[in-house]
Amino acid sequence: MKRSRITECNDWFLERFPLTKLWNEHMAHYYAPKNFNFWYFFGSLALLVLVNQILTGIFLTMNYKPDAKLAFDSVEYIMRDVNWGWLIRYMHSTGSSAFFIVVYLHMFRGLLYGSFKHPRELIWIFGMLLFVALMAEAFMGYLLPWGQMSYWGAQVIISLFSAIPVIGDDLSLWLRGDYVVSDATLNRFFAFHVIAVPLALVMLVFLHIVALHEVGSNNPDGIEIKDSKDPWGHPVDGIPFHPYYTVKDLVGVGVFMLFFATVIFYMPEMGGYFLEHANFIPADPMKTPEHIAPVWYFTPFYAILRAIPDKFAGVIGMGGAIVVLFLLPWLDRSPVKSIRYRGGIYKKALALFVISFLALGYLGTQPATPTATIFARIFSAIYFGFFLLMPLYTRWEKTKPVPKRLTTVHSLEEQLPALIEEITVLKPVATEIGHTAFKGSSFTRQPNPEGIRNVISRLAKKAIGSLD
Amino acid sequence: MNNKGVDQSKRQFLTSALTVVGTVGTGYLAVPFLAQMQPSAKAMAAGAPVEVDISKIEPGQLIRVAWRGKPVWILNRTPQVLETLKTLDNELRDPLSQESIQPESSKNPVRSIKPEVFVAVGLCTHLGCSPTFRPEIAPNDLGDKWKGGFFCPCHGSWFDLAGRVYRGVPAPTNLEIPPYRYITDTQLIIGESAEEASA
Repeated sequence: MKRSRITECNDWFLERFPLTKLWNEHMAHYYAPKNFNFWYFFGSLALLVLVNQILTGIFLTMNYKPDAKLAFDSVEYIMRDVNWGWLIRYMHSTGSSAFFIVVYLHMFRGLLYGSFKHPRELIWIFGMLLFVALMAEAFMGYLLPWGQMSYWGAQVIISLFSAIPVIGDDLSLWLRGDYVVSDATLNRFFAFHVIAVPLALVMLVFLHIVALHEVGSNNPDGIEIKDSKDPWGHPVDGIPFHPYYTVKDLVGVGVFMLFFATVIFYMPEMGGYFLEHANFIPADPMKTPEHIAPVWYFTPFYAILRAIPDKFAGVIGMGGAIVVLFLLPWLDRSPVKSIRYRGGIYKKALALFVISFLALGYLGTQPATPTATIFARIFSAIYFGFFLLMPLYTRWEKTKPVPKRLTTVHSLEEQLPALIEEITVLKPVATEIGHTAFKGSSFTRQPNPEGIRNVISRLAKKAIGSLD
Repeated sequence: MNNKGVDQSKRQFLTSALTVVGTVGTGYLAVPFLAQMQPSAKAMAAGAPVEVDISKIEPGQLIRVAWRGKPVWILNRTPQVLETLKTLDNELRDPLSQESIQPESSKNPVRSIKPEVFVAVGLCTHLGCSPTFRPEIAPNDLGDKWKGGFFCPCHGSWFDLAGRVYRGVPAPTNLEIPPYRYITDTQLIIGESAEEASA
């Protein structure tokens, strides 16, 4: 049989580049657990947002001017005069907030299901390095519009380094390249934001995924699917990433884009949380705005910094809040991964941690009144308590037995008929017109108070039971 | 590969020697890249002294001038303010400015050459925000303990009207006093200290 030209081209290429092998290894033959839930969307969404940031960023640099005299006006120029400039800029600015939302949820998923635990410690470390690089990227990008908040935010964050004993002052001078935040600072932040940090981010994403595909994905049950394999060596509870999860992730992408577009078109400033009001005033080195707060994604760490009434200790506290996250795989001594089989102590501790993280995030946006400072101290203590006491309480907690195979959760559709059967009661209908032929089947469903009570008490018992 | 007859210790030595030389070379190569991020010669030269006419400053009024890109405040303090300053020592972290930055001529309780004219760099010693000038006594938002001073809106540091920091706030030291001297009674020059001029 004669080989077609296309096949020949194909073979020529494949003999020289292992495309099929790569595709199979990472997509078509990469087995992922079959029970991924909602929380598993956020990894692929983070990748999507990264692509969005890089693409919109490239087009923004075509009109932006990294010069203290021109920067503010060039951003306004993009917003008003460049064709579709407003859309590209809002995609970029909303994208940065979306990036942090998605990454925070992705990290929380790790806390829920123990994705950082053995054998995935290195994935977590790469992920944390990504988080730090992302914070650096966001911080440097925020200086570029050269508004009041850009300027004073950078002034505060760079001054953090001056708190380091001995070398601090020289270090912050070296970072700024001037005695105050100035044109030199803006220009170098532009270089870092556009070249250095994005390169680091892309490389870290690569390492994060290579490490993940080496050990395989965790799942909501925290059970290693590689432990039970079929005769062909595939995990029994695994399904190929492509097409199953590529298609599933597309649904996530669709929902995400719906929210993303809503923000871009209807609330691009998000009430001053995504783009702060004070940043619509050009930078003025003579005057700090009355109230300065970082963008929302930094506020939990900022609140910790403010809570400590000592310059160096405050900086240590803020840095420590991130360093403890790196140590998580070694702080957690529980034998089980997933929250489904953990004891009540971890569940309560995690709930407290989430509350304190959100509360710190809120406090960081508010002025530092004495009452707010006291609350910030309490929540900072809980934040650190969650991590530093973890070696103790995860050892004490009573865990539940972990099954060998993934558990199947019945879908709502399957459970619904039985539930309806329980909470309703069939009653015969007294028909007014004498259609005797249908009399036998004239029933109507009415609420059954006893059944509803049973369901509610069962739910309540289950909720209480899941805490212990 | 045949490893027989290979002098392993020689190979080891050459590997180590190359590693050391390579590391040192990389270190030297890093110097220009790291050093180019230091302030440039132009930025260092831009710190020229600034002359200020203080004759028009009303009692209680504060003016801001730029020196080396930083805000410098000049405040005309009233006698009442100077009286209040004497009563605050117990609430301050460094009332005698032992650990703070100022020229010798301003190292006194009121932190100035002439008591009524206060000159300071208007940047908080905590993280470099510019504090707000709040001369009023016991305003609603700051409470009864406020005797007039500078309040940093960023992290809530308190300074009195001599730029001295209160206890229990994040700022570690008093506000910095720049070098300055009087040319005439009403003419200040900021950036040159009185000591340098007399020497």
